[in-house]
Amino acid sequence: MTDSEATAQKYAPILAPLTKAGWPFWLVTILLSAIVLWSVFTFSWQYVWGLGETGMGHPVSWAFYLVNFVFFIGISHAGALVSAVLRITHARWGTPFGRAAEAVTVFALAAGPTNILFDLGRSIRFYWVAIHAQFKSPLLWDFTCIMTYFIVSNIFLYVLMVPDIALLRDRMPGRRWFYKPLSLGWNGTEKQWLSLGKIIGFLCIAVIPVAVSVHTVVSWVFGMQTQPMWHSSIFAPYFVTGAIFSGIATIIIVTIALRRVYHLEQYMKPYHLNNLGLLLLVFTLLWFYFTFTEHLVAGYGGDSFELAVLWSKLTGEFAPLFWTMVTLCFVIPFPILVFRRTVPGLLIASISIVIGMWLERFLIIIPSFCQPRLPYLRGAYMPSWVEWSMTAGLFAGFSLAFVLFSKFFPVISIWETEKEDREKEKID
Amino acid sequence: MVIDLDKCTGCQACVVACRQENNIPALGEKGAKLGRAKFWMNLISEVKGSYPDVEMRFFPIPCMHCDRPPCTKVCPVAATYKNPEGIVAQVYPRCIGVRMCIANCPYTVRYFNWHEPTWPEEYEIGLNPDVYKRRKGITEKCNFCIQRIRKARMVAKKEKRKIREGEVVPACVETCPSEALFFGDLNDPKSQVSRLSKSRRAFRLMEDLGTEPKVYYLKEGEWYDG
Repeated sequence: MTDSEATAQKYAPILAPLTKAGWPFWLVTILLSAIVLWSVFTFSWQYVWGLGETGMGHPVSWAFYLVNFVFFIGISHAGALVSAVLRITHARWGTPFGRAAEAVTVFALAAGPTNILFDLGRSIRFYWVAIHAQFKSPLLWDFTCIMTYFIVSNIFLYVLMVPDIALLRDRMPGRRWFYKPLSLGWNGTEKQWLSLGKIIGFLCIAVIPVAVSVHTVVSWVFGMQTQPMWHSSIFAPYFVTGAIFSGIATIIIVTIALRRVYHLEQYMKPYHLNNLGLLLLVFTLLWFYFTFTEHLVAGYGGDSFELAVLWSKLTGEFAPLFWTMVTLCFVIPFPILVFRRTVPGLLIASISIVIGMWLERFLIIIPSFCQPRLPYLRGAYMPSWVEWSMTAGLFAGFSLAFVLFSKFFPVISIWETEKEDREKEKID
Repeated sequence: MVIDLDKCTGCQACVVACRQENNIPALGEKGAKLGRAKFWMNLISEVKGSYPDVEMRFFPIPCMHCDRPPCTKVCPVAATYKNPEGIVAQVYPRCIGVRMCIANCPYTVRYFNWHEPTWPEEYEIGLNPDVYKRRKGITEKCNFCIQRIRKARMVAKKEKRKIREGEVVPACVETCPSEALFFGDLNDPKSQVSRLSKSRRAFRLMEDLGTEPKVYYLKEGEWYDG
């Protein structure tokens, strides 16, 4: 390519993080790595001594790991889905954070199902789910859907990066050995652009049903069971909505962080964030609608087992958590998103939503376990240091993956920004 | 199985016999506090009313061996299944410890091995050689002393006949001093359990769930779940 130098110069701010690494980078990396290593140690501890090292027992036999599983799969939702929908509808405002959103999907999807590995009694035998498949089990459907989604979203992220990798291959001779095989011999010929366009078009359409299926099936792990407050037909759309809700909030947090740390203010403008904020507002309302419906129907139905769980959430032992969740997911973000979609405002709303949605997952899973149908066997749950460490490790690992990603690949799609620029010039 | 609640005295002999027969480790106070105590046969007691009008009820709860078990269909590796005799059995070597069966059991009678099982040294010698020592990380449950049923079936096969009524009973039934527990073939209309199950006193737990439990309770008067 003749103009690779010109392109690189034009987009120097986007490429800068790849070449420079200051002390904050090393500090953050070392800190996050330490937390991840600690969780590796914790997992070995649990593997050797047994799941008894956690706080789980009876009747609460699924706890933090399942919460984290649902939470991270939820986060993974928005990325590929939002970026695919925006591409299909030619909504240009998605370009600056498309790459980041797709990366969120891939990393969250790596973090989520890992929890199942932690949760298994015999983790080393996880592949038996594929070998000895029992097709009636929702967990098998889960396994299938998540694997498909993981592969598709990886391809999605990668294919959309190929032209940028080719640029890096030409501009960074020191890392040529790394970028050259990844660039798949891309040199920007007419034919290559044509096939890239086709592949992207196909992937955008393919990723949408796959993404929706994933969280639908995750909800069925609970919805198909007889436990009170789980056996509900709105669980699938409720989970999908919650997933996209928390996912968009994560994309906003990541975008704001990248913008600030790598000084990308000229590309990620308040205009883009404002649009994301509006999308988040829609999902805030949807989430509230679903939560309201779910609880009202359970309460009005008056089934005594369901009521036991419902009241433990509304006024009982889980009430503080429940009302914190409502505050974090609705009361705080709603007015901010309506009146103040500024950068700090969006950051506050998004952080509050992410925490709130983690609590939501917790409150879907744990209270139902605490109040089984036979009232004599009710119990409580308190996580041990093992679960806390693993949770910290997951969040650290997720952030670490992002930090490292941003050092090897441009966090904003250069070729798409360039394409848009040219189209704009043409119009002018 | 039929359990006559009017005859049950709450002596817990069934619980102890079950532990002996099936090599169930004692987990101590700490384990019990975390809710990890394992009772394949559990005895639940409930005090109703206040002095002087007090009523105490006992209520032994083994696995219900549902005819339409919710636990078997959710297992992703088919480690639990309803065998041809109707017993909901657990295949220990196949189980990978997903615990979805535990979550989906409305009777909460499935148990998980949170740690490796341990026994006091003097007790090890008394372990039942016919029963697996379950390792950590797998689920286990009451199986109506399947090892006894297998033995009886082998004998019957050798003698080319069917298992006779009363030829095989689980440890809990064998030990019950007040003869409140009955075991037999529900498919045989002439068997004692089948006659008792049609009694006017008979009911099953949470019949409305459609699980079709094969454990019948007998009780005079009204039964209420909670």
